[in-house]
Amino acid sequence: MNKNIIISGVGGQGILTMASIIDLAAMNLGLNVKQAEVHGMSQRGGAVESHLRISSGEIFSDLIPKGKADLILSIEPMESLRYLPFLSPDGVIVTATEPYVNIGNYPDEKELLETIANSANHVFVNAGLLAKEAGSAKSYNVVMLGAAAPYLEIATEELEKAIGMFFNRKGKEMVDLNIKAFRLGWANSLNEQK
Amino acid sequence: MNKQLLLGAEAIAQAALDAGISGVYAYPGTPSTEITQFIQQSPQARESGVRSKWSANEKTAYEAALGMSYAGKRALVCMKHVGLNVAADAFMNSAITGVHGGLVVVVADDPSMHSSQNEQDSRVYGKFAMIPVLEPSNQQETYDIVRYAFDLSEEVKLPVLLRIPTRLSHSRAVVSGGEAMPQNQLAPTQEKNRWILLPVNARKGYHRLLEKQAQLINFSEFSRFNQVISGTGDKAVIAFGIAYNYVMEVIRTYALDIPVLKLSQYPLPEKKISEFTEKYGEVLVAEEGYPVYEELLKGFFGNEKFRGRLDGTLPRTGELSPNILSKALGVQTNSEPAVPSIVAPRPPMLCQGCSHRDLFDAVVQAMSLYPQRHVFGDIGCYTLGALSPYNAISTCVDMGASITMAKGAADAGLFPAVAVIGDSTFTHSGITGLLDAVNDKSAVTVIISDNGTTAMTGGQDSSGSGKYFAICKGIGVEENHIREIVPLKKNFEENVRVMKEEFEYEGVSVIISQRECVQTAVKSRKK
Repeated sequence: MNKNIIISGVGGQGILTMASIIDLAAMNLGLNVKQAEVHGMSQRGGAVESHLRISSGEIFSDLIPKGKADLILSIEPMESLRYLPFLSPDGVIVTATEPYVNIGNYPDEKELLETIANSANHVFVNAGLLAKEAGSAKSYNVVMLGAAAPYLEIATEELEKAIGMFFNRKGKEMVDLNIKAFRLGWANSLNEQK
Repeated sequence: MNKQLLLGAEAIAQAALDAGISGVYAYPGTPSTEITQFIQQSPQARESGVRSKWSANEKTAYEAALGMSYAGKRALVCMKHVGLNVAADAFMNSAITGVHGGLVVVVADDPSMHSSQNEQDSRVYGKFAMIPVLEPSNQQETYDIVRYAFDLSEEVKLPVLLRIPTRLSHSRAVVSGGEAMPQNQLAPTQEKNRWILLPVNARKGYHRLLEKQAQLINFSEFSRFNQVISGTGDKAVIAFGIAYNYVMEVIRTYALDIPVLKLSQYPLPEKKISEFTEKYGEVLVAEEGYPVYEELLKGFFGNEKFRGRLDGTLPRTGELSPNILSKALGVQTNSEPAVPSIVAPRPPMLCQGCSHRDLFDAVVQAMSLYPQRHVFGDIGCYTLGALSPYNAISTCVDMGASITMAKGAADAGLFPAVAVIGDSTFTHSGITGLLDAVNDKSAVTVIISDNGTTAMTGGQDSSGSGKYFAICKGIGVEENHIREIVPLKKNFEENVRVMKEEFEYEGVSVIISQRECVQTAVKSRKK
């Protein structure tokens, strides 16, 4: 098993939470993991990405080679395109559709979604709406994790177990809320695939 | 220790704890901060009483670590690459004194300058000081090599430099650790003259260091971290540190038959390298950072057998990647799609509600009255004041340079001469510069933007919190020219007025602009 995932967003959006949960699930399955993160200056509202590699074999490079990512999991639509050179020809973009506008020259939203649609296999997620449905706007990133789940080659039970481990110290209510968020994101992707 | 998913930085921390350190000394700096942070939060460190508070700067950190070593205990000192410039005096001389308890110096380099002013290569410092240098390739090797580094340090009685780049420091992988060792007992060195670097002793110390070089090379020859990965091709690669990962990624992905010499311990193992390279007509030298060893192997007259950053086979600047190595190893990769033109750049920016924003609004307004608008900036989040819409600062060079450059410019006649410096940067390297200005009665205004924390690196404690007025007064700034303002929108007019008054003053004035960092405010509310 070999999975290369680029997780992208804007500094402060919580992309590392998604990465940590996938890491946990992969580790529980005894898989090898490498996950390169961005720290420092870019975290101040800039573009951030994490390279996450999971494999049953040895992983050498901490960075995913260009053209070798199976999945771009983006918490922000424009950021999903920034890493397009990394996506393999049969890779998938799973992205939230709600723009995070903190720059003056943010592109036209409709044109942006069209560009994504024309660039690769894709799944659009109205993550804000689904997060509210789950019970908290903060579960945004777990909705996105759920939306990516069908493309991870990790059983959903394993991912849910990892969510349980990750949110355990915050109490049962938080675990349940995030499991709900995960399932909403997951169902959304299954619908989109039809 | 069971298996843990650790950043390279955290693997260093865990290994140092398991190696029985009694203290870690550091000033925060990307990409090295997480080492010390991990130790500060480690229950293992708490139980065994490992000292871990932040130091005022890298030099004080280094000297304290050396003192702990003098007392016979093991110490870790960590910094980013430019931090070693600050600690360089202590670092170079500690190679002459040598160490007593094991001393490992971790320097995290930032090739491609993700969060830095330059991409200097710390291995040059290691060569300069003539001490052992270790450069692991992955997280597990990082753990293992740190454990080894402390033993090596005590065996050769020298500090050992461990160099890691951003991509290793900030990348996670599964690491399994070994048995934790107890700390050394307090046993100060008895070799008195070795530590007193009077010329008569220093000359002996330098000879001692030179005599150790053959031993150090021998350690590299037989190091388990320096290995040949065999192949039958007629071209070969020497891969240093993390470059090994990129080389192996390409070799495995494209099933290439290329022999590789992986090196992670220096000074260079001369025999190992000559035995390896003599078999091949062409050798690619892959190093993350400067072509430090490529230059050495190529020699003054340029042995063309060695390819790398110097002949353009690899780019001269920036960090390596699997794609760069694919190209250098002659693999044709499919042409990847470009980034669509609709994607706009999203540079880092000051947070919404950040106190620096209100400060820069006032600074820009107060400066607008003058034909010469030069504001000397410094290192921290507030360097982002250089970007639009503020365009408020004219310089950013090194820690503390805002004050001293403003002073020099004032001496040259620039008016007004204004410096903006953060609280943590001020205590790191600003105080001595301010003293120079006071002694010279230079016409400068120093604005200390005090947000109560070392914000850029994630909100570490700032060593002078609550003491800035007293520090400035203590080194001789006149009390009525130490002004305190609160950078808030509602105080804008008042803050501009205070600035204008002090800009006009023909002596040293300080404006302390105090409001808590919004990031730490959110964090402390969550607690």
